[in-house]
Amino acid sequence: MGTVLNVLRRSTLARHTAAALAAIVALYFLTTAVGPYRDLQIAQAAYLTCAVAGLTVLTGLGGQISLGHGAFMAVGAYTAVLVIGHWGWPLAAVLAAAAGVTAVAGVVVGAVAARLHGPYLAGATLAFAVGLPGLANYKPLTDELGGQNGLTLVPPIPPAGLGETFPLERWQSWIACLGAVITLFLLGNLVRGRFGRTLRASRDDEIAAALSGVRVARLRITATVVSAAAAGLGGGLLAVVATLAAPGAFPLTLSLQLIAAIIIGGLGSLPGAVWGALILVYVPTWASDLSTSSGFSHNIASNLPLAIYGLVLIVVTLAFPRGLQGGLRDIGGAVRRRARKRRDPAPGPRASTSGPTTTHPGGADEATPDQAGARPDDRGDAGGRGERLRR
Amino acid sequence: MLEVKGLTVHYGAVRALGGVDLSVDEGSVTAVLGANGAGKTTLLRTVSGLLKPRAGSVELDGRELTRLPVEDIVRLGVAHVPQSGGVITELTVEENLRLGGLWRRDRAALTRRVAEMYELFPPLAERRARTAATLSGGERQMLALARALTGGPRLLLVDEPSLGLAPRVVAQLMAVLRRLCDEDGRTVLLVEQNARSALSVADRAVVLDLGAVVAAEAAATLAADDRLRHAYLGF
Ligand SMILES: Nc1ncnc2c1ncn2[C@@H]1O[C@H](COP(=O)(O)OP(=O)(O)OP(=O)(O)O)[C@@H](O)[C@H]1O
Ligand SMILES: [Mg+2]
Repeated sequence: MGTVLNVLRRSTLARHTAAALAAIVALYFLTTAVGPYRDLQIAQAAYLTCAVAGLTVLTGLGGQISLGHGAFMAVGAYTAVLVIGHWGWPLAAVLAAAAGVTAVAGVVVGAVAARLHGPYLAGATLAFAVGLPGLANYKPLTDELGGQNGLTLVPPIPPAGLGETFPLERWQSWIACLGAVITLFLLGNLVRGRFGRTLRASRDDEIAAALSGVRVARLRITATVVSAAAAGLGGGLLAVVATLAAPGAFPLTLSLQLIAAIIIGGLGSLPGAVWGALILVYVPTWASDLSTSSGFSHNIASNLPLAIYGLVLIVVTLAFPRGLQGGLRDIGGAVRRRARKRRDPAPGPRASTSGPTTTHPGGADEATPDQAGARPDDRGDAGGRGERLRR
Repeated sequence: MLEVKGLTVHYGAVRALGGVDLSVDEGSVTAVLGANGAGKTTLLRTVSGLLKPRAGSVELDGRELTRLPVEDIVRLGVAHVPQSGGVITELTVEENLRLGGLWRRDRAALTRRVAEMYELFPPLAERRARTAATLSGGERQMLALARALTGGPRLLLVDEPSLGLAPRVVAQLMAVLRRLCDEDGRTVLLVEQNARSALSVADRAVVLDLGAVVAAEAAATLAADDRLRHAYLGF
């Protein structure tokens, strides 16, 4: 057991692999325990997680705002439907194609975006988000893209081995969850290394980064491509879950919701991306449940969900300025400190022997992989806080 | 090794440098002196590629730099420590140092260089796991210089390293710059307000005024020239 913990603490890859496997096991039990409706919600949260995680890398870590990630999802979704419709590829290949084609779109957008800053960048990506879904209604393309009604997709068939009565929704949620876990695993390893470090450097001070030899423009294009691929996979999964790709599924509000999700989850944090995606799925449903059971007249009840949704977002951002993940970490840190203080209350003569620099006597939990994993992010947050005050 | 000819740089309509000529020998320390707004920072920023000149040339061993992007100039061995900043505040001291040598893609050498920097600047060694945001101004200056050195530059451009440092630390810093030349054969272009301490380590000195070179001499000659000293260096 001790050696296992040691390996986990040393190797980021081993830690991420363990986390991915644990997530798969947990999701297996969760999805089999709930009904079709909940399975579908889990699937939605999973494909949104892909897109939010991609945006976390580009905007959260790279500092390049993108209001166009909904459009990247659209590219992925249409790619998936078209590939299945024309060639009938196996699902894994279809989703890889969705990510791949969207990555190519990311090269184009990234090359333009790398030269832009702030409001200009926001404007350009906004135009992308507004313009691209309109392509489906473009006359010469309506036959191919299905116009306003979009294209439908034959639902994926659960393998026969799972039994005759295996629910489609559960199969869809397995596909989406596996996609989300793989996305988080790949992105998690990517941002822990050189790529993540140079990306944070270029966000913090692009001149200092360039003077250190970081090729800032190229790095930003790479980040856009990676981010687009994740969003494209999310879009492909959306098509598989909704069995449809239509312009109405990718409105501008989707792009804005993705931005809201990375902020609520915690800018630059991949676990935060999961929180953000969960909020996107569950708060609106919870709000509409609340308003239908409120007994208000139809007029009020039908507008209430939006108001509640907005209210929740405001409360969360006020209560957790660094996002849910940052807030959780603060709470976790406070709990740990308190627990340690209780275990080791002697400030008297003993403190002078142990000294402030030695490791804490009671700190057995200091070695847990979870905490070791949190360390680099804690540093990032400290820096982030300083940043905000200076600006 | 560095030849600057007829360098003219504008900020929009404002002319910051007007036809500056400068020659820096390999393995020497050249001080660039002058009043506030004389154009010293502009000169360094143009050499390192952060600014593009309107006219003139900058050659490193005969190679034209003015059309190259910053990152390529870094790869030719030119390191620039800017007047302020120059560190990534949200990365740790260690990560900052490693960032400076990342482009060389030689991990073993990088680890060795980082260790050397900790020897050269002991305060950084004590704070290696802290973010640069938590460093004092002087510690940041040290980190910025150390970060530039981890890339193993041939030409080091340093912009007012003494800013905000205690006098004793300034003296140490100047000694470090001198040693970089004498022992490692690096070349230093040093911009300073603190003319006295800069002249104490420099081989040559250039005085800028209103974007033009008004004197370029051996450091000792300049230090002995009362007229120039009074007119431009204020001591
Ligand atoms: N970003 C800018 N935009 C417009 N003008 C600028 C800019 N930066 C510098 N200048 C002008 O260019 C001239 C030279 O500035 P520079 O920063 O090179 O001076 P300096 O010699 O480094 O001064 P100091 O000793 O105060 O750092 C000054 O007149 C300054 O006002
Ligand atoms: Mg200056």
